[in-house]
Amino acid sequence: MQKFEKLTGLVAPLDRPNVDTDAIIPKQYLKSIKRTGFGPTLFDGWRYLDAGEPGMDHSKRRVNPDFILNQPRYQGTQILLARDNFGCGSSREHAPWALLDYGFRVILAPSYADIFYNNSFKNGLLPIVIERDALDRVFRETSATPGYKLTVDLAAQTVTTPDNTVFRFDIDAFRKHCLLNGLDEIGLTLARVDDIRAYETRRKQEAPWLFS
Amino acid sequence: MAARTLYDKLWDAHVVRQNDDGTCLLYIDRHLVHEVTSPQAFEGLRLAGRKPWRVDANLATADHNVPTTDRSLGIVDPISRLQVETLDQNCRDYNIVEFGMRDDRQGIVHVIGPEQGATLPGMTVVCGDSHTSTHGAFGTLAFGIGTSEVEHVLATQCLIQKKSKNLRVRVDGAVGSGVTAKDIVLAIIGRIGTAGGTGYAIEFAGSAIEALSVEGRMTVCNMAIEAGARAGMIAADEKTTEYFRGRPYAPKGALWDQAARAWRELKSDNDAKFDHEVVLNAADIRPQVTWGTSPEMVVPVDAVVPDPEKETDPVKRVGMQSALKYMALQPGTPIRDIALDKIFIGSCTNSRIEDLRAAAAVVKGKHVAKNIKLALVVPGSGLVKRQAEQEGLDRVFKDAGFEWREPGCSMCLAMNADRLEPGERCASTSNRNFEGRQGAGGRTHLVSPAMAAAAAIAGHFVDIREINVERAHGDDR
Repeated sequence: MQKFEKLTGLVAPLDRPNVDTDAIIPKQYLKSIKRTGFGPTLFDGWRYLDAGEPGMDHSKRRVNPDFILNQPRYQGTQILLARDNFGCGSSREHAPWALLDYGFRVILAPSYADIFYNNSFKNGLLPIVIERDALDRVFRETSATPGYKLTVDLAAQTVTTPDNTVFRFDIDAFRKHCLLNGLDEIGLTLARVDDIRAYETRRKQEAPWLFS
Repeated sequence: MAARTLYDKLWDAHVVRQNDDGTCLLYIDRHLVHEVTSPQAFEGLRLAGRKPWRVDANLATADHNVPTTDRSLGIVDPISRLQVETLDQNCRDYNIVEFGMRDDRQGIVHVIGPEQGATLPGMTVVCGDSHTSTHGAFGTLAFGIGTSEVEHVLATQCLIQKKSKNLRVRVDGAVGSGVTAKDIVLAIIGRIGTAGGTGYAIEFAGSAIEALSVEGRMTVCNMAIEAGARAGMIAADEKTTEYFRGRPYAPKGALWDQAARAWRELKSDNDAKFDHEVVLNAADIRPQVTWGTSPEMVVPVDAVVPDPEKETDPVKRVGMQSALKYMALQPGTPIRDIALDKIFIGSCTNSRIEDLRAAAAVVKGKHVAKNIKLALVVPGSGLVKRQAEQEGLDRVFKDAGFEWREPGCSMCLAMNADRLEPGERCASTSNRNFEGRQGAGGRTHLVSPAMAAAAAIAGHFVDIREINVERAHGDDR
């Protein structure tokens, strides 16, 4: 997994609640057996005016000029502002894969759906829970200021605005540790092989039908 | 020991190790695998030179991509075909049992797990699919995971998890005639919202939940994720135990007796504490229809499309306006005046035999309305399909102008050829009415099987309580 330490990046606002993972990456692209290549079809239904299918040359499609990420000022964005319950719906990890492939490394929202939140950390995408008032302010400033950037420091757990206002955020210690160091969780679990085997031995006594 | 909730008990029984930071290594008893969320996990396993920890804990099937029409020619779409063949190959390589596309036992992963007894009460069950919450219906801790966690379970039989909070949703009293499990869960989501269960494991309880059949309970738990909760669950009871008796993967003989005794404990203690509780009165629940692009955008069938101008929360108001625009609906329109183009009866929410019986009872002797371009019935598994055919339900549907298809996820998410065209409006027994979910530009209204069937006959929504429903067959179970 790629590490995340500190980033100063261009911010893009997606001002709607309940953005579901079907909207983040529609089902037709889930037929891929790879983890990469989902960036060009991120937010496909909103981003393009024509119907997208896997295998198309997406650079030749009709772009929706009204969709926020298509505006010239947000090209090269790495930080997405979002509203409540971002990433709800399907468990598809293709959603964080698509956001990363597009170039996002950080999301700021007041709340996330649990599975999406969890999936993001496994891939080096940092979903930050930010207070509503702070988020409203960042939404306003982003829209008012072309080229608006934020600095996100994971070790310090801070988001810093261009005028040096600092917002602190909370993050689970284990997730922070894994993300800062780019750790493979499977490797960590396999360091506990003895614990797993001991559990299985005990469980076979208590509930043998689970192993029959 | 302090009084515990059902969730506490299931959690405690599966903790391999508690870490200092509060996370736990949680043991997984059953891992269900399908073609869409597993290929990258198997690839990761292979690249790291790892092997599945416990092969027999895995069960695989292809459901999302499979065609629901004649399968003798295989899958036409080469990308879908590759994905299904990749699952076949991975299962062969690692010796994992798979119900392939031509196996009678193939079907939607959340239908076949319980059907086979591969899911059992008291287990932890995971799958790379958010509707894994379905399996909570049996006093089971079941939740959806992403592909990284699919790989983690394959490699270690465990997951690193943090415990959720406890939420109890009680539905007290008895529902009226025509009100089903689907209406109960839609009403719950309407009440608590699509994020109401975020951070919680939900236990559904109360006399209306206890009165449901085991299949109805699956419908309720299936949509826990639509309320934001990864896991929904219901205490096990005699109905639960009887449901599993004799199923292929269920224990036999003395082991069965031992298991059945243990399952009696799969309920919350009387004085267990919940972090939050919501209570609904069953008698107040009417047949539900969603009008928007989120499952919380739901009203009773005798209501009208709501007016965003009356919403005080500005973020919600904008969400309602954009949903109405997408759905091409005007505030104040009676739900019953909404005309439909397609009907979909199927999905992991509502494709089991009782769902098909309920729909067949409505359509028997009648015909689909002229404005309906396509009415589909997609059974949840090959075995559900076979049983329905033995009961003559296929004839009832076909005579009424429905298409009777092969099992799979089908038009719930339209990864195969079954889909809505832009602008088409569908009454669907599935679980998500998101923009484009059933096909780009398609408009989805979520309803119960009986309501979808009645809408097919009328060509628009009708209140199922005003329709005389005859039994579709002599079986009164």
